[in-house]
Amino acid sequence: MALPTYASPLEKAWHYSYLVICGLIFLFLIAPIVIVIPLSFNAEPYFTFTEKMLTLDPEGYSMRWYDSLLTFGMQNPESERGASFWSDFWGNATWMQVTKNSIIIGFFATILSTALGTIAALGLTRPEMPYRKQITAVLISPMIVPIIISATGMFFFYSWMKLPMPSFEGGFHIEWTRLAGSYLGIILAHAALGIPFVIITVTATLSGFDQSLVRAAASLGANPRTAFFKVVMPLIMPGVVSGALFAFVTSFDEVVAVLFIADHTQQTIPRQMWNGIREQISPAILAVATILVLISILLLTTVELLRRRSERLRGVSPQ
Amino acid sequence: MKKAMMLTTALIATGFAASAQELNVVSWGGAYTVSQVEAYHKPFTEMTGIKVNSIDADNPATPLKAQVEAGNVSIDLADIELSDAIRLCDEGLLEEIDPAMLPAAPDGTPAADDFVPGAIQDCAVANIVWATVVAYDASKFPDNPPSTLADFFDTEKFPGKRGLLKAAKRSLEMALVADGVPGSEVYEVLGTEEGVARALAKLDTIKDSVVWWEAGAQPPQLLADGEVVMTTGYNGRIFNAMIAENKPFNIIWDGAYMDYDLWAIPKGAPHLEDAKKFLAFSTDTQRLADQAKYISYGPARKSSSALVGLYQDGKTEMAPHMPTNPDNLINPIWTDPTFWADHDVELSEKFNAWLAN
Amino acid sequence: MTDATGQLTTADGKPLKAALAASLATRRRRAFLLVAPLFLFILVSFIVPIGQMLYQSFYNDTFSATAPNLVQWFDEHPAGSEIDESAYAALAADLALMKQEKTAGAAGTRINYDVSGSRSMFTSTARKADKFEPPFKEAILAEEKKWDDPIIWRAMRSASSPFTFDFYLAALDLTRDDSGSIVPVAEGQAIYKTLFWRTLSMSIEITALCLLLGFPIAHLLAVLPMRKAMLLMILVLLPFWTSLLVRTTSWMVLLQSQGVLNDLMVWMGLIGDDGRIQMMYNQTGTIVAMTHILLPFTVLPLYSVMKTIPPSYVRAARSLGATSWTAFRRVYLPQTLPGIGAGGLLVFILAMGYYITPALVGGADGQMISNMIAFHMQKSLNWSLAAALAAMLLAIVLIFFWIYDRLVGIDKMKLG
Repeated sequence: MALPTYASPLEKAWHYSYLVICGLIFLFLIAPIVIVIPLSFNAEPYFTFTEKMLTLDPEGYSMRWYDSLLTFGMQNPESERGASFWSDFWGNATWMQVTKNSIIIGFFATILSTALGTIAALGLTRPEMPYRKQITAVLISPMIVPIIISATGMFFFYSWMKLPMPSFEGGFHIEWTRLAGSYLGIILAHAALGIPFVIITVTATLSGFDQSLVRAAASLGANPRTAFFKVVMPLIMPGVVSGALFAFVTSFDEVVAVLFIADHTQQTIPRQMWNGIREQISPAILAVATILVLISILLLTTVELLRRRSERLRGVSPQ
Repeated sequence: MKKAMMLTTALIATGFAASAQELNVVSWGGAYTVSQVEAYHKPFTEMTGIKVNSIDADNPATPLKAQVEAGNVSIDLADIELSDAIRLCDEGLLEEIDPAMLPAAPDGTPAADDFVPGAIQDCAVANIVWATVVAYDASKFPDNPPSTLADFFDTEKFPGKRGLLKAAKRSLEMALVADGVPGSEVYEVLGTEEGVARALAKLDTIKDSVVWWEAGAQPPQLLADGEVVMTTGYNGRIFNAMIAENKPFNIIWDGAYMDYDLWAIPKGAPHLEDAKKFLAFSTDTQRLADQAKYISYGPARKSSSALVGLYQDGKTEMAPHMPTNPDNLINPIWTDPTFWADHDVELSEKFNAWLAN
Repeated sequence: MTDATGQLTTADGKPLKAALAASLATRRRRAFLLVAPLFLFILVSFIVPIGQMLYQSFYNDTFSATAPNLVQWFDEHPAGSEIDESAYAALAADLALMKQEKTAGAAGTRINYDVSGSRSMFTSTARKADKFEPPFKEAILAEEKKWDDPIIWRAMRSASSPFTFDFYLAALDLTRDDSGSIVPVAEGQAIYKTLFWRTLSMSIEITALCLLLGFPIAHLLAVLPMRKAMLLMILVLLPFWTSLLVRTTSWMVLLQSQGVLNDLMVWMGLIGDDGRIQMMYNQTGTIVAMTHILLPFTVLPLYSVMKTIPPSYVRAARSLGATSWTAFRRVYLPQTLPGIGAGGLLVFILAMGYYITPALVGGADGQMISNMIAFHMQKSLNWSLAAALAAMLLAIVLIFFWIYDRLVGIDKMKLG
């Protein structure tokens, strides 16, 4: 954004102060996220920069909080780091258990919301779709309804509703299990919360989709199934994947529904963080935060690359 | 198809994991839960092979009530306060407990005589006596440290933020004692409209300086972070910060609020028999004495007192830190459980309205 | 092709109009079938649970199910009847039943919602319920004289039907006086109206801040060359992708009194070590953290609108003699209004329902209505009141969602 040569001194001054203001706003956006990274390597149990940290003295930094993440909740945290240490870690360390839960729940919730959401988006973008607006409003509502309302509603309903699930207690049989306090309950709740994101991203991809390609495929002898998998799918795939990533992040970051529906066996990373923040923000929480920031950078990069690919495929060049 | 297979496998796996023998015990978290894990859970698992899952809550009585009323009980055993034990029992939410199932003292004294008065209730059995006290950061008051509950409310003489539990129970009583009501007469005063107004008026004097806390682990943290200079807190947690973490904190025993914590079993507990077994095991003489090795809460059995010795560090004498130590009983407020069982709802409402305005 | 009557027909002789209509119907059905599974899923896993929860805001059978004799008495005696011996006999029978079933606490809690302080009347009188003998009126009044208070009887009559609007009254800080007419609660007892206003005003402040901060950077992103804009865009998108709890934690680290910002100010000599500013556990902390969390939601729609505004318009205005301020105000700003509307409304809607951030950094005066709903859900366990508050919050949010749809269109919602 170059300044025209005829700009007056006042305009120049305004222009530069405008750039400074923008810089400060960007700082406001990014500083709180970056600040936790160095602090998570603090050798002291404080949330502020110690003198040693500021003078870049290596003694001011340590991995102790990452280490404490590793061993927290283990039966024998002091034991030698051999096979038995790691199996103890895998089976007992608190952060390991919540990570497993977050991944299991996030994975299935994503599959469910992406599959249902993509199919629905295909229908929603058809010109002949009846009641499109009203139905879209309902499908987007999980994003709009305050989470506390969704979570309390689910708490009552899922406490009451039972579904048949396999059980091994006393020989294999099918048992009617309550949704609240079960993995399936959280997965359903998170899938519902993730659906608006899938709908929004996939319909956005489909709205730029050239329907004549399907007709072209049909005229070349492809049946609808072939046309869908060979023509439509590859083109909307980037949109589907970023929708899926959104859905995964929604589940991965969700704490209120977990607070209300889950019992102790389905605690997730954000749920454990919630405990930690309320009771004791030790720098260990900052270590978790740092890891999560790195994950979000990874996800963001993936989504950006996908978006560019999608734009290229659809022939929409970024202006 | 592949997805369906994976989903089924995962669900089967989780169903399988849940089938092992286990017990879900809800308690208050932090140093207190650690003491219970060491003294009760680990030996119980060793003896019976039953895995004990320890779950934290700000106040275990509320998830218990919510679960029973929503018809979705996963808790087997909860550690709750006296007034809640009476109230929830009144409402039919707890299993009744037959005192005969409790083990006798080593010298043969039956449990009913061995426990301190009021420790055995219709639906609950006490394991500890504990206190809510005022603690302060001694490094902030090097010259004239505060010494009474009234000093907690004196922000002129002792400037700085105060930590206070965000609840009517305790806050109202402590305000009255600070205002000059003797600890033994607090509930007579609090039973009247004027008494409640007086307590709230006293709280008003520090309202702007208060940082409210909700979980028992928060007060020592608030003190350590310098967010507050003085706070109410559970004496065992403060002890833990003082002794185990070497924090420069001190306790003011004047006007300490005394209560029991009791084990209770919700109606519809998934592992009822094991829960009863655990309850009997964890309230025997030796277990209660063991617990005092990890945190400064008094055992609820007379026969355990003699067995209380040193802290787990092997050098700190526990007796002076116990809330029941005669030296610490300075104008204590003994909780009136029936008062709170009856008035909790209305006083909480008044307290919330006061807080919001 | 035409048949004898001149109607257009298809190759196999059917009227074309009918054939087209049939084909359209098939396609409509197909489109709908694609959406149906998801629609059903959302209905069962989301809409029905919320509906069931809201039902509790006007349906509460705790009292009517535990006091069958009183319910019957109230049915037989219309409002205004004298509270006679037969009423006390019904009360005595119900108290005995409550003692036996251990429901006195629950029934008393229900009446206590309307008449503060009445719970203990139920529990204490029920303990003696076995001993009552006729005449019941004297026996019960001898035990607890407050039972002859007409307010108690009015409250019990109201609660004897499971359908009630009492909880909406409570949620609006209203109550009934001795004569049964609706009046505001006593001064100093009102909570919820204050809280709704605070939620609204905080949401407005946050929305305004988001627009104020979002506008300049969205503009910068829109006018910079693509490559540079993309790099800066990452700074907007990264917070968007970062966990809410991580961002809230970061703000706690920055704002607490021994935190980074206070340390920085002490180091710069702006404040003394004992004059550290309280920035957390109050409204300030909540507003700052929420503004940061919601800012990307204004930047993205603003950016996509600004991107479509040709720079030549402002240049034309300038060349026609407008000052840069006039050109901005009269030419540029009006064209960004759709973006301001979209971003502002979305942030406002999301802010109204915030729970996590106020719960963690809000302290006492930074709490919002969601936190009160959570309080009644998890602590006081007055679920009907929680449901009534939720219904009111939901109504407000849905009104703004509707406005958003009218102004922006829900199908225009974009992410990243």
